[in-house]
Amino acid sequence: MRDRFRERSSGPRETHLIYFDHNASTPVRPEAAEAIRDALAELHANPSSMHREGQRARAAIERARDQVAGLVGARPDEIVFTSGGTEGDHMGLIGAALALDPRGRRVAISAVEHHAVHGAADLLSRLGFEVEHVLVGPDGAVAPASLDALPEDTTVLSVMLANNETGVIQPVTELARRARAKGIRVHCDAVQAAGKIPIDFEGLGVDYLVISAHKLGGPKGVGALVVRRGAPFEPLFRGSAHERGRRGGTENLPGIVGLGEAAEHAARELARENPRLLELRGRLERGIRAALPDVVYHGETSPRLPNTLNLSVPGARSDHLLMALDARGVAASAGAACASGAVEPSPVLTAMGIPRAVAICALRLSMGRTTTPAEVDAVVAALADGARAARGAGAAPAALS
Amino acid sequence: MRREIYADHAATTAPAPEVVEAMLPYLGEGFGNASSVHRRGEAAREAVEAARAGVAALVGASPEEIVFTASGSESNNLALKGALPGAPEGRRRLVVSAIEHPSVLETARHLEDRGVPVTIVPVERSGVVDPERLKGALGPDVALVSVMWVNNEVGTIQSIAEIAELAHAAGARLHCDAVQAVGKLPVDVGEAGVDLLSLAGHKFQGPPGAGALYVRRRVRLVPLVHGGHQERSRRAGTENLAAIVGLGAAAERARARLASGATEALAALGERLRAGLTRRIPASRLNGDPERRLRTIVNLCFTGVDGEAVLHELDLQGITVSTGSACSAASPGPSHVLIAMGLRPEEAHASVRFSLGEGIGEDDIDTILTVTPPVVERLRALGGRESPEAAGAGDGATVGSPATRGPAVGHQRTRGARRGELS
Repeated sequence: MRDRFRERSSGPRETHLIYFDHNASTPVRPEAAEAIRDALAELHANPSSMHREGQRARAAIERARDQVAGLVGARPDEIVFTSGGTEGDHMGLIGAALALDPRGRRVAISAVEHHAVHGAADLLSRLGFEVEHVLVGPDGAVAPASLDALPEDTTVLSVMLANNETGVIQPVTELARRARAKGIRVHCDAVQAAGKIPIDFEGLGVDYLVISAHKLGGPKGVGALVVRRGAPFEPLFRGSAHERGRRGGTENLPGIVGLGEAAEHAARELARENPRLLELRGRLERGIRAALPDVVYHGETSPRLPNTLNLSVPGARSDHLLMALDARGVAASAGAACASGAVEPSPVLTAMGIPRAVAICALRLSMGRTTTPAEVDAVVAALADGARAARGAGAAPAALS
Repeated sequence: MRREIYADHAATTAPAPEVVEAMLPYLGEGFGNASSVHRRGEAAREAVEAARAGVAALVGASPEEIVFTASGSESNNLALKGALPGAPEGRRRLVVSAIEHPSVLETARHLEDRGVPVTIVPVERSGVVDPERLKGALGPDVALVSVMWVNNEVGTIQSIAEIAELAHAAGARLHCDAVQAVGKLPVDVGEAGVDLLSLAGHKFQGPPGAGALYVRRRVRLVPLVHGGHQERSRRAGTENLAAIVGLGAAAERARARLASGATEALAALGERLRAGLTRRIPASRLNGDPERRLRTIVNLCFTGVDGEAVLHELDLQGITVSTGSACSAASPGPSHVLIAMGLRPEEAHASVRFSLGEGIGEDDIDTILTVTPPVVERLRALGGRESPEAAGAGDGATVGSPATRGPAVGHQRTRGARRGELS
């Protein structure tokens, strides 16, 4: 009893946890945390209020808007604050499709989109829209020529900038160019890309772009949708004139201020962090390959986010491997965090044509700002050891149930 | 240094120190995605569930009936757009009161544009929805009725239990926007008989960024945001952990305050403010119901002045108030609530909302009672230069004359500028 209590309260294992699940959520940057604390302590008024306290709150929001615009290369008035990536994907895709309804009732999404985009597409199909799925190749990327086959009444294409599971970066500039030529607007989920690779909204040529704060060192519960000036848009949440009438609801001031600070620091550190993470991933890949020669790296031939490694150790099922890693103090993820609990292979890996037997062994290791070379080495060791245990568990499933 | 008096609590409240304290661990270390399986994820999920239990307890619900959202506006959008498709065959009509929050009224208008029949029920001069009039609007085709518990601009309290009975007798569901009621009045979803109820943390010392929708068991809700199993598939998206924890802490705290009588002490201060201001300022009167009102909301019409001018004058003297609601500060027209209550546009423009909350004390009321009358008098005198008969006339007979709106012109320009900036 006492031992249990001690473990719960002091959590000695907790302190040694090696966190390799930064694509699920990454720690709040100290500067962002400080800005949030200050906002909670000092900015109490409603930013829509006309009095001076309200205007002070408004100014903080506008500063954050500038900071976010800076990270993604957009104009401040194109930034709409949201409650996160899922809402952003809904607002962008549904908002565009409804606004373009008179022209057509068909949207297209890539086969490897995040659940949030699939969810938005589901809601659209309930409203009577047709949903096309654009396939990806074994490299995880959409072939630009595949857009040529889209029916004429397609109004919006949703394609993500970088995949959350494999880190594969899509050729969005080229896809957007082809889509535009067909009169199709482009919605881009950049939730995993923001803060990890440079983003230029203007240069990408997309109409809607989504980011989420907690993936780049900001808090949970806040994000942004970038809506190109003049792009058709219908709000998802109606109410007052918040966010220029594009999103009703009292602004999440501390969250928005935290997002702004995180965006500014992420943008500033990008040139340094990007190569550092790339080097760490090389170290990780080499280390795992040496210990487990039959390891498979997914999306290896494509440009990928520098922090993400998706792999399968044949015979070591994802859930067994995750548990084995957890027991060794490593927090990772099987595919996407949002799919945890499911034993089915990841739809993303399936879409890439990866055989089921390999896909059900997929493990996502994602690093971040706090990751060190020593942690990489520890993860290599834990994985080498854990894979053996997981393979054993797979051989005798009865022992686990 | 002069003490600043924040009398705009209906717009938003400051998060209580213990709420901020409860949130801090989740802004740094407790960053696990609540849907991840590993240990940090489990701790995050436990924190979310504890907050859910806290919110449920505050409104007398079961935890699984609480869906976390990002704001009261989102809760209202979700309630209306989510519950209508779930109604039985043949029931499509939506009935709302004329004084609902913009997040209800604008959503209703949008649904109407998309073919949903909508009925808007008028209110009495006091802001009360007359149950008899509501009854007249009900019928076998009504799917959902939406009436707010407490109005955000004038504080009028509706007979929600009675309205619920009428709605249910007609076979319809009742949604209640209780954003201004929760934490300030005892709210019990079972006693009131509501099917859906919206609340927002930042109105009762919680943080902005977290709200909730109560959804009674077996009420079908089609999600607005889809594509994740969070919130039992009723609202997808990674949980706003810190804000949800803050909302939970605020709910626990509000429950204790309601039990201790702290909210009644504030109501007494509101009564003193109302009585004092209407006595000291001639040609002033309360907008709303003198009895059935959240006493901390005191909305007064100061005949012959521009409410916005009063707001800015008081602001310069360290007293923060509002005209109407913060949410409609950017809209150019007079308050839709006051107009629905039968006020003329010039009377609506002459109205100011004082809303009290934690941190306001007797001496603050003294200050407001001292500072406000001369401000109103001065503004009336300014207006009076152009239209002498209007100045503090006391009978309000000349309120409608355009000349009395003299001092308002400058502020109207301000309003115009805001419209340009925000719309």
